[in-house]
Amino acid sequence: MLDISALLEEVKASPYVESSVKTPHSGVVSFNDDLKPGAALFGPQGLYKEKPGTLLANLERERVSKSINALEKGELVAVNTELAGRFVQAGTEIMRVRHFLSRKEVLDIILKEALHLFRAPEKAKYYFVPAVDLKVKNTGPKSVSVHDGMDLFIISRMKRETPLRYSGPDGVIYAVYFSVHQNLDAGEPLIGICPPSQVNQIEEVAMRVQTEWPDE
Amino acid sequence: MEDKRFNQLKERYNYMHDILAGKNNENLRLLASRLEELDSRFPALSARERETAVTSLEDLFNFVEKKIEVELTPMDRVRIVRNPQRICLRDILENVYDNYTEIGSMGEHSPDPAMLIARAYITRRHGKRVFNQSVMVIGHEKGHGEEIRNGGSAQPWGNAKALHYMKVAETENIPIHTYVFTPGAFPVEDTPGAAQQIARNLFEMGNVKVPILAVFSEGGSGGAEAVGLADRRLMLSHGYYSVISPEGGAAIEGNVKRGPRATPELIEKVASDLCITAQDNLRLGYIDRIIQEPNLGARCHHFDFFRLLRQEVLRATDEIVLDVRGMQPFRAMGKRSRRKKIEEGLNMENVRMSWNLSPSAQERLMERRHRKFRGLAGQAFIDPRTKWDLFKQGLNETFWELAGYIRYDLLRKRQQNIANFFGEIRSETSLFIKNQTAPLRRLLGKAIPPLRVKRNGEAEKQLTTLSDWNDGNERGQWSYVSPKAKEDKAVICPNSATHGCLDMWAPDLYGEFAGVCTNCGHHFPMEYQWYLYNMFDAGSIHEFNAEIEARNPLDYEGFDLKLEKAKAATGRKSSCMTFEASIQGINLCVYMLMAPFRGGSVGAAEGEKIILASERASKKRLPLLAYVHGTAGIRIQEGVNGVIQMPRCTMAMRRYIDAGGLYLVLYDTNSYAGPVASFLGCSPYQFGIRSSNVGFAGPGVIQETTGVMPPPHYHSVYKALARGHIQGVWDRREARFNLHQSMLTMGGRNLYYK
Repeated sequence: MLDISALLEEVKASPYVESSVKTPHSGVVSFNDDLKPGAALFGPQGLYKEKPGTLLANLERERVSKSINALEKGELVAVNTELAGRFVQAGTEIMRVRHFLSRKEVLDIILKEALHLFRAPEKAKYYFVPAVDLKVKNTGPKSVSVHDGMDLFIISRMKRETPLRYSGPDGVIYAVYFSVHQNLDAGEPLIGICPPSQVNQIEEVAMRVQTEWPDE
Repeated sequence: MEDKRFNQLKERYNYMHDILAGKNNENLRLLASRLEELDSRFPALSARERETAVTSLEDLFNFVEKKIEVELTPMDRVRIVRNPQRICLRDILENVYDNYTEIGSMGEHSPDPAMLIARAYITRRHGKRVFNQSVMVIGHEKGHGEEIRNGGSAQPWGNAKALHYMKVAETENIPIHTYVFTPGAFPVEDTPGAAQQIARNLFEMGNVKVPILAVFSEGGSGGAEAVGLADRRLMLSHGYYSVISPEGGAAIEGNVKRGPRATPELIEKVASDLCITAQDNLRLGYIDRIIQEPNLGARCHHFDFFRLLRQEVLRATDEIVLDVRGMQPFRAMGKRSRRKKIEEGLNMENVRMSWNLSPSAQERLMERRHRKFRGLAGQAFIDPRTKWDLFKQGLNETFWELAGYIRYDLLRKRQQNIANFFGEIRSETSLFIKNQTAPLRRLLGKAIPPLRVKRNGEAEKQLTTLSDWNDGNERGQWSYVSPKAKEDKAVICPNSATHGCLDMWAPDLYGEFAGVCTNCGHHFPMEYQWYLYNMFDAGSIHEFNAEIEARNPLDYEGFDLKLEKAKAATGRKSSCMTFEASIQGINLCVYMLMAPFRGGSVGAAEGEKIILASERASKKRLPLLAYVHGTAGIRIQEGVNGVIQMPRCTMAMRRYIDAGGLYLVLYDTNSYAGPVASFLGCSPYQFGIRSSNVGFAGPGVIQETTGVMPPPHYHSVYKALARGHIQGVWDRREARFNLHQSMLTMGGRNLYYK
C-alpha cells in the first residue's frame, strides 16, 4: 500500500526538481556572464509564452549561434565554466538548474501517485449515468464505489449519446474533474479513483499541502 | 440665463484648451484669468451687470477664437475632429435630415456600434408640394467619446454591414450618403479580417449603381476608404484625410517600436508634412469641395453649420444625378445657370429634383466613377513617356483589341461552329456505317482485326505512373540560385524547438532545397529573382512601363534621399515591376511588388503601373498575376497620393475581372495593410507561399490599438486560409505548376487560350 505521508515528507525534504542543461548539438559554448550560481531564472513568459526564458548560454556551430534559454522558473545551481569558449559534443552538461515545486505541482505529484485517473477517450461532454449521478449529487462522489466494467458515463457529442464503461482498479471516486455541459478534450481526466481506505489519508495530505506549502 | 451663458463660456475655454494641447498660452491665459475674475465676482453682480459682463466676455472669446482659427496647425485639426464635443453622425442625422430610422443598432446592441446605418429622408418643397427624398445614410459614429464606439473604428463586421446596406440602397434605387468619422479600421483578423472586408467593400462600391456621396470629417486610411469611395467627396473644413494617423506616422519616422512614444513635436511635424487638411486634399484633387465650418470646428450647437451641410448634401447629390442623366448637351446649359443660382443663394430645399436613375444613367454613373478615380494622382509620379510614346502605345492597344476581337471573338466562334458541325457529321456518319456494317461484322466475326489505337507514350506514362513534384525541376536544379547559398554556414530552422529540425548548411538550403526546411517544410524568405527565373519560362520575361518612376509628391522632408537610396540599391525606379511572361507556354501579365524597394510599399507610381498592367492584360486577353514578394502597405510619405491607390487600383481590378479575366494573387514573405485591404484582397483567387504572413496591421499595431496581444502566428497564411481570406497555401517549388493549373482551370472567358 502507498504511504502518502512518506511521499509528502520525501517531497518536503527536496522541494525542487534539479535538472541538467545539455547542449542540443555540438558547438562552441559561451555562457551568459550575468548569471552566477544562485541566480534566479525565468521560464518563457507572456500571454502566449512568446517571450523566451532567461538566456543561459549560446552555442555556436558553423558560424550560426543558437541560444539556450531556461525552460522553467528556478535557480541556477552550477555552471561548468571550464567549458566556456570550448567545443563540446551534443548532450554535454553545461549547467545544473533547480526548479522549486509549486503547491499545485506537489498536489499533482501526490495525486498522480495516489489516484488512478480515468481519462476521457474522445472530445465530448461527459455525464454520469443517472443512478450514479443521483448518488454523487446526494451523498458526494466518495460514496460511489466503482469496479472494472461498470457502466459509469454517458458520452454526448453532437446529439449522439453512447455509454462508457469504467476500466481500472476498484475503488471509490476521490475526485471528479468535469462539470455538467463541459466539453472535455481527449485525454483529460474524468475522475480519480483510490482505495476506500486511503480516502481520509489523501484528504489530510491534500489539506496539509494547501496550508503548509509556501505560496509561489 | 446668464448663468447658462457663463457655463457655455467655460465649456468653450475647455474646448480650446483641449484642441491646442497647451499651446497658445497667452491667449488662453488671458481667457482663463478673465473667466476666473468674473467667476469670483459673479454672485455679487446684478442681473444687468451680469449680462453686460458675459456679453463682453463672449466678444472676447469670439475675438480669440478667430485669432486662433487662422493659426491652427494640422495637428490641431486632428485634435478638433477627435474632440468629444465635435459633431457626430447622430447629430447630423438629427439636424440635416428630416427623419431617420437607425437600422440594426440600438446603442451598444449592434454588430458594431462604431458603424451606423440609417434610412433617412430629406424634405424638399416645390411650390405647395412637399417631396420626401429617401437616402441610405452610412457612416462612423464616434458618439461624443462613448466607449462602445471605439472612436469610430469600425470592425470588419461593421464594414460588412455597411456594404450590405449599400446593396440594399442599390436595390431600392436610392442614393447613399456616407459620413467618414474614423481614425482607422479596427485591426483584427477575425472572420472576416479587417483587410479582407475593406477589400470587399472597395470592390463592390466601385460598381454600386446609385449615387454615392461621401463627407469626410476624419478620414483615417483604410477605415475611411471602406465607405469613402464615392462619386462626390466633400470634406469638412476642419477635418483631415490621411494615409496614417500622425501618431502612427511619427512612430514610424522616429523608429519608435515599444516603450517611449514619439515626441509631440515630431507628431506635429508629421501631421504637417503629410498634407492632411481639407485645403491640401482639395489642392491635390482628392476631394471635390470643402464645407466651411465655424471657427475651431463644428459642434452640436452650430445650427447654421447643419443648415449649410444640408444645402451642400442636397447640391452634391443633385449634381451627381444631373451629371449622368441623358441629353447631356442640353443639360450643360441648365447646369451652368443652376450653378450661378446656387452661388446667388438658391435654397436647395426648394428645388425639385428626382434622384431616381434609369438603367442607362446607372451605367453612366459607374463609368464616371471609374473615370474619376482613374484620373486621380496623375501628378504624383514621374512619367517620362512623351506624347509620341503615348500615341504609339494607344495605337498598340487599339491593335491588340482589334486583333483580339477578330481572332478570338469572330474567327474562333466561327471555327468552333465549323468544328462542332463537322464533329456532328463525323459521329452521325460513323454511327450510320457501324449500323450498316454490323451484320457483315457479325458474319466475319474474329476475322477482322480490332482497330489499332494510336499509342501516346507521354499520356500513358502520366496515367500509369506516380507523379513526382520534382519531375519538372531535375531534382533541385534551379535556374536561379540565391546568393545566400554561397555562404559557408549553418542555418537554424525557426521550428527546430517544436519540430526537431536539424540545422542545414546554407548552400544546401538555399540551393538545392530552394529555401525549404527538409524536415518541417518551413519556407525561408528568398529573393524575388528566384521566382522570376524559376516560376516563369526561361527567357519569356518582357518588362513594360519600367520608366514610370516613384517620386516625393508632397516634398516630404528627407524622403528624396531615402527614395534615391532605394533606387540605387535595387536598380529599380519603383517597388513594382510589370512584365509579360509565360508559364508552360501560356502567356500572362504580371505585376510584382518587390520587398527590397522601400518594403514593397505602394505609392502613386506603383498604383499607375498596376492599373496599366491590368488594362494591358484585359486588352491582350491575358491572365493577370500579382506576385507579392512583400509589401509593408501604402507608402506613407506620399500621403493621400498613396492611399488613393486603394480605390483606384481596386476599381481597375474590378474592370479587369468584369471583362472576363483571371486575376490571381500570390503572397510571399510579409504582406500587410492597404494593398491587402484593396487591390490584392479583392481577388477571388488568392494564394500564399508557405510560411508567409498576410494581414492588415502587424502585432505591435494591434496591441497598441486594441490593447490585446494577438496570438502567435496570427497572420500566417494558414490562419488567412482558415478565415477565408486566401484560397490555398502553396509550396514554393510547386508554384509554377500550380499557377499553370490555375490558369487552365480558373477565370472568365476573356482569356486568349480559352
